Amino acid sequence: MTTVVSCKQLNKIYQQGSIEVHALTDINLTVEAGDFVCLSGPSGSGKSTLLNMIGGLDSPSSGEIMVDGQRVDQMNKSELAELRLHKIGFVFQAYNLIPVLTARENIEMVMQMQGDSKQYRHQLSMAILKEVGLEGLENRRPSELSGGQQQRVAVARAIVDKPCLVLADEPTANLDSANAENLLQLMRDMGEEHQTTFIVSTHDPLVMSHARRLVKLHDGKIIENHEQH
Amino acid sequence: MAGNWLLAWRNIWRQPRRTVLTMLAIAFGAALLVFSIGLQLGQYDLMIQNAVRLYQGLFQVQQQGYHDDAKIRTSIPGIELLARKLRQQSGLDSIAARANGFALISSAKRTYGSLVVGVQPEYEKYVSTLPGVIKQGRYLSSDNAHELVIGESLARNMKIKPGDEITLMGSGRDGSIAASIIPVVGIYASGSRELDRQLVQMPLAAFQDIFSMQDHGHAIVIYHEDVKQQSQLHAVFKDLIADQQQLVVLSWDEIQPGVKQMIELDYSSGWLMYIVLVAVIVFSILNTFLMSVLERTREFGIMLALGYTPYNIGRLVMQEAFILTSIALIAGTLIGLGVNYYFYIYGLTFSGMDEIARMYNMPAVIRPQISPDSVLIGPGIIFLFTLLAALYPASRIRKLEPVEAMNHI
Repeated sequence: MTTVVSCKQLNKIYQQGSIEVHALTDINLTVEAGDFVCLSGPSGSGKSTLLNMIGGLDSPSSGEIMVDGQRVDQMNKSELAELRLHKIGFVFQAYNLIPVLTARENIEMVMQMQGDSKQYRHQLSMAILKEVGLEGLENRRPSELSGGQQQRVAVARAIVDKPCLVLADEPTANLDSANAENLLQLMRDMGEEHQTTFIVSTHDPLVMSHARRLVKLHDGKIIENHEQH
Repeated sequence: MAGNWLLAWRNIWRQPRRTVLTMLAIAFGAALLVFSIGLQLGQYDLMIQNAVRLYQGLFQVQQQGYHDDAKIRTSIPGIELLARKLRQQSGLDSIAARANGFALISSAKRTYGSLVVGVQPEYEKYVSTLPGVIKQGRYLSSDNAHELVIGESLARNMKIKPGDEITLMGSGRDGSIAASIIPVVGIYASGSRELDRQLVQMPLAAFQDIFSMQDHGHAIVIYHEDVKQQSQLHAVFKDLIADQQQLVVLSWDEIQPGVKQMIELDYSSGWLMYIVLVAVIVFSILNTFLMSVLERTREFGIMLALGYTPYNIGRLVMQEAFILTSIALIAGTLIGLGVNYYFYIYGLTFSGMDEIARMYNMPAVIRPQISPDSVLIGPGIIFLFTLLAALYPASRIRKLEPVEAMNHI
């Protein structure tokens, strides 16, 4: 198996006035290609911080992060932007989509930044919309879609250009259980079909039940890391 | 990049009311600037036209050095022949020869120093408005008549009227005494205090006789109603006198630098007002752009997370500014141009202007100037400063961190 993500002795310390807050302490984590990993834990446990660091959205105080063989912690801003553009897909909790763009345009915007041709973008976005079950809704704007449909568009956008890693931060937090179940199933199916690695942060037991591997965090430390199913 | 323009276009319509109000502010400012600058330049055209038409002409052919040191001996021989040649070769009738001299003129009661000018009455009416503003008596009858016309103020000061005689005493071209007793046949009121107080005109032949000028004169005055053709005409006349290297063609602004300086001063002070107007417009736009960027901070955070760079997002904001400003400026410029065109056709007049204009034989209406300068300068400056203003909110994006931005409420 190929290692997609590797964190070694990762620490993140925030300074709040004169107090040091240890958001992450000595995190060691390896994620293999095609894995579906769930980072769980209560609020403030550090799961979102860890996710942000893997995605190059935040920088560690010390330690090493590798994504697809590249040292994320040593990259500058533009290198990080390149990495996120080409290798990482993101799904956030809510308000993920650009409100003035249609579902199809939201999916195509990242591909456009990557320099894909209009025809290729159109072809791929229509195909992925069909895969996520939104065929016929491609010209709707986010405000015309339900929360579940919006998250499906976000997943489609995250995986459309086959990144090696998709990071999802509480993707089901604003969904009812039926929509959450559908979304998780979709993510797992997409992961398997496209050989994409998913790392999902959550405190939703439903999400945890779908994960192939569960990593539990508490007070910035990994307290459990085991395979499921 | 088409996608970015599309995104920019949709972004500016997120808040349609705000966008429309901002566009209206820009369009109103642009229209006002186009109209004001057009009117201002139109007024300058009128001022130049009046200055040129009143007496000095658009050009004068003189001996080199005469304008700076007006000595009677610095004269042009065969001036009437030269004037005729220029009329024939240029096809313009509005070309007249003049000779100038200084003399003391005396009535029964008083003596004044004055500028005595010998003119060709037949052609003078084409180059100057003076023949048309005779208030008492008549203008000079022929080239050979022994008579003169005198300004209204000078006549009043000397207490003379048409039919009276004045004694003229000056210095001839050859150093002899130039003296004569000449009847006054007319009194003019040009509206120019300077001319009305000191200028006396007589037929050129009489002047040449009294001042021992032989066939000499000092200036060939050339008038053309279209000041905009100044540079082409200047080249034409320069070419026509190229065989006489001691002659120069002076344009109106060299002859009357005061008028040009006054226009430049007024133009500068006008710009103070325009700068205030542009500043008000630019600050209102800056506010719109700033609001639009601040309310999208979270969205920009997501875009950064997806791989957009701050430069990409900054460029998007600049594209929005470009679209919004361009539409508003095009609309404003067309409105301003439309208003200018209306007044260009029908003219703009103020109360009392008719009467004054008729009195001084001048046009009674101001017509805004329609030219690339009058149409493009104002909107161009708004465009430039608006884009500069948009740089500020765009530059704030450079400092955005994705996580902080996404947590922005």
